[in-house]
Amino acid sequence: MDFEIEQDILIIRLPKEIDHHNCGPIKEGADNILLQQNIREIVFDFSQTDFMDSSGIGVLVGRYKNISCFGGVVSAIYLSKRIRKIFAMSGLDNIIRIYEVD
Amino acid sequence: MRENNMKIEFDALSENESFARLAIAGFMASSDPTLEELEDVKTAVSEAVTNAIIHGYVGKEGKVILSGNLKEHCLTVIIQDFGVGITDVEQARKPMFTTREDLERSGMGFTFMEAFMDELHIESKVNQGTTITMSKRLRG
Ligand SMILES: Nc1ncnc2c1ncn2[C@@H]1O[C@H](COP(=O)(O)OP(=O)(O)O)[C@@H](O)[C@H]1O
Ligand SMILES: [Mg+2]
Repeated sequence: MDFEIEQDILIIRLPKEIDHHNCGPIKEGADNILLQQNIREIVFDFSQTDFMDSSGIGVLVGRYKNISCFGGVVSAIYLSKRIRKIFAMSGLDNIIRIYEVD
Repeated sequence: MRENNMKIEFDALSENESFARLAIAGFMASSDPTLEELEDVKTAVSEAVTNAIIHGYVGKEGKVILSGNLKEHCLTVIIQDFGVGITDVEQARKPMFTTREDLERSGMGFTFMEAFMDELHIESKVNQGTTITMSKRLRG
């Protein structure tokens, strides 16, 4: 997992698996950056991720809540078919913009 | 295919969430599941084991038992804890219901177990614990 900042965009490259055990550092890392810098958009990069359970939904919804009160947005990129299904089932695709790439 | 059974007991530690996923995936391998079936079962097991750890034992010490049965291409998984139990199972099953908003839980665990498995049965007694039984027919 790593964090990259480009101007006012925070890109979070998510780990291979997102579960309750490893989601703490994603939340803390993101929230620290949000407090210290002027971030307008968080992009969750799923390119390395092949597993996510409902703990991941909490991570995304939580960051959405934190950034949207400053008028920021959350988006996601490189979702596998599986992760896309989880987004649809949980309604995440109503609050998070999904970048389409082929 | 012969009938096959397994049973593992592990500590209620969050690092065992990925261990439980690996264990069930390994157990299923002999029935040649599809990638989708494998992911469905891993997700459901991850949800139930996480619940045992964070809700059942509230992050404190305890034991979780994961058992599996494979019979005629039907997989049954049981996840058992001896923790606080669930006061209202009907309410707990509802999508987006969580008692731990403080931990940013989404309340989607039971919804996922239900969606990814063919059957979900919840048995719980307050102060005695919770037993989750799930089954899925493997077509792979
Ligand atoms: N093993 C368990 N022991 C005690 N309570 C549980 C257990 N599993 C689930 N629960 C209760 O059911 C609720 C819903 O569970 P779930 O759908 O997985 O959502 P979440 O884990 O996000 O809260 C939990 O918030 C908790 O109150
Ligand atoms: Mg849960």
